[in-house]
Amino acid sequence: MKQFLVIIILVVFGCKNSNEVQPVEEIEPIESIETDLEIYDFEGLKPFLNQEDDKIHVVNFWATWCAPCVKELPYFETVNRNYADKNVEVLLVSLDFPRQYDTKLKPFLKKEQLNSKVICFDDIDQNTWIPAIDKDWSGAIPATLIYKNGKRKFYEGSFTMENLEAELKNFLN
Amino acid sequence: MIAVVICMVTLSAFTMSTEDEGYSVGDIATDFKLENIDGKMVSLSDYEQAKGFIVVFTCNTCPYAVAYEDRIVALDKKYASKDYPVIAIMPNDTDVMPGDNMKAMQARAKAKGFTFPYLMDKGQKIYPQYGATKTPHVYVLEKTRKGNEVKYIGAIDDNYKDAAAVKTKYVENAVDALLSGKEVEQKETRAIGCSIKVK
Repeated sequence: MKQFLVIIILVVFGCKNSNEVQPVEEIEPIESIETDLEIYDFEGLKPFLNQEDDKIHVVNFWATWCAPCVKELPYFETVNRNYADKNVEVLLVSLDFPRQYDTKLKPFLKKEQLNSKVICFDDIDQNTWIPAIDKDWSGAIPATLIYKNGKRKFYEGSFTMENLEAELKNFLN
Repeated sequence: MIAVVICMVTLSAFTMSTEDEGYSVGDIATDFKLENIDGKMVSLSDYEQAKGFIVVFTCNTCPYAVAYEDRIVALDKKYASKDYPVIAIMPNDTDVMPGDNMKAMQARAKAKGFTFPYLMDKGQKIYPQYGATKTPHVYVLEKTRKGNEVKYIGAIDDNYKDAAAVKTKYVENAVDALLSGKEVEQKETRAIGCSIKVK
């Protein structure tokens, strides 16, 4: 995949800047500027779901292709903004298809300028990690995990602003 | 203290209600009478020869469902002749998802060469009984004396990205086991999908 990406970038930049194909080493910094995505497999994601730091973590699983997910993103953004001083942190975990990182996800992030942290989660072994994240999660998105240290609750489905704040308040005391 | 009790009651009520929703393996699945893309009504009971069914809740608009279209067609090609036909049901509310309306379903079925019924869950009465939450969501049913018994619930296979890289074909394994009179080994699997759209 990475090689593929490098090839694409090589092609794109090759066309734009010069007809010469540049060596990979020189391309890499450009790639890191272009692709500021953090991409994790399940092992990499796990620490984000199990932080014991007295903060309230709101972890939302979403994708640009998921209309109800996109609809509720502003609510998570509001929470991230309005509750930052109450130790609440929002993490938006994108389940976008890797082949659409460049065509869909990056343009979306550029346009929306989200203030919450966004990471990409790409792990093919769904049958393992879905029940590991929550035993009752069927795999439908949107889905959200709220946790603080050992206390956690998982929500499969859409939130309204009111519902999200109400659930958050259960963790604020 | 009262707040804690209320919270616990709410939590347990929430848990119980989710457990009550939909079928588990071993349950008898309801039949239905739903409109197909050709305007005719289709029920499981129409299939007198069938030994069972591969019921797939799917739609036009979900990228995961789209990724599996060719594989759903392949399932029907392989198993309809073995009396395990595919029955596809589109569960979304079409006001919310106009791309899943009957015209769009007809167009997609034609474009992809669907060889199986593609039914509209009009009024959204059927998918909640099955407990489908997303597209695609598969239920393999075996026709028994008690009725159509749920034998497998979950994903089609273990690689949504790449059909060529699939390691385990969950649905094929389940149907193969049933066809040879064996127990289905992997009865439930999970996969990411698009939530079923309601108003």
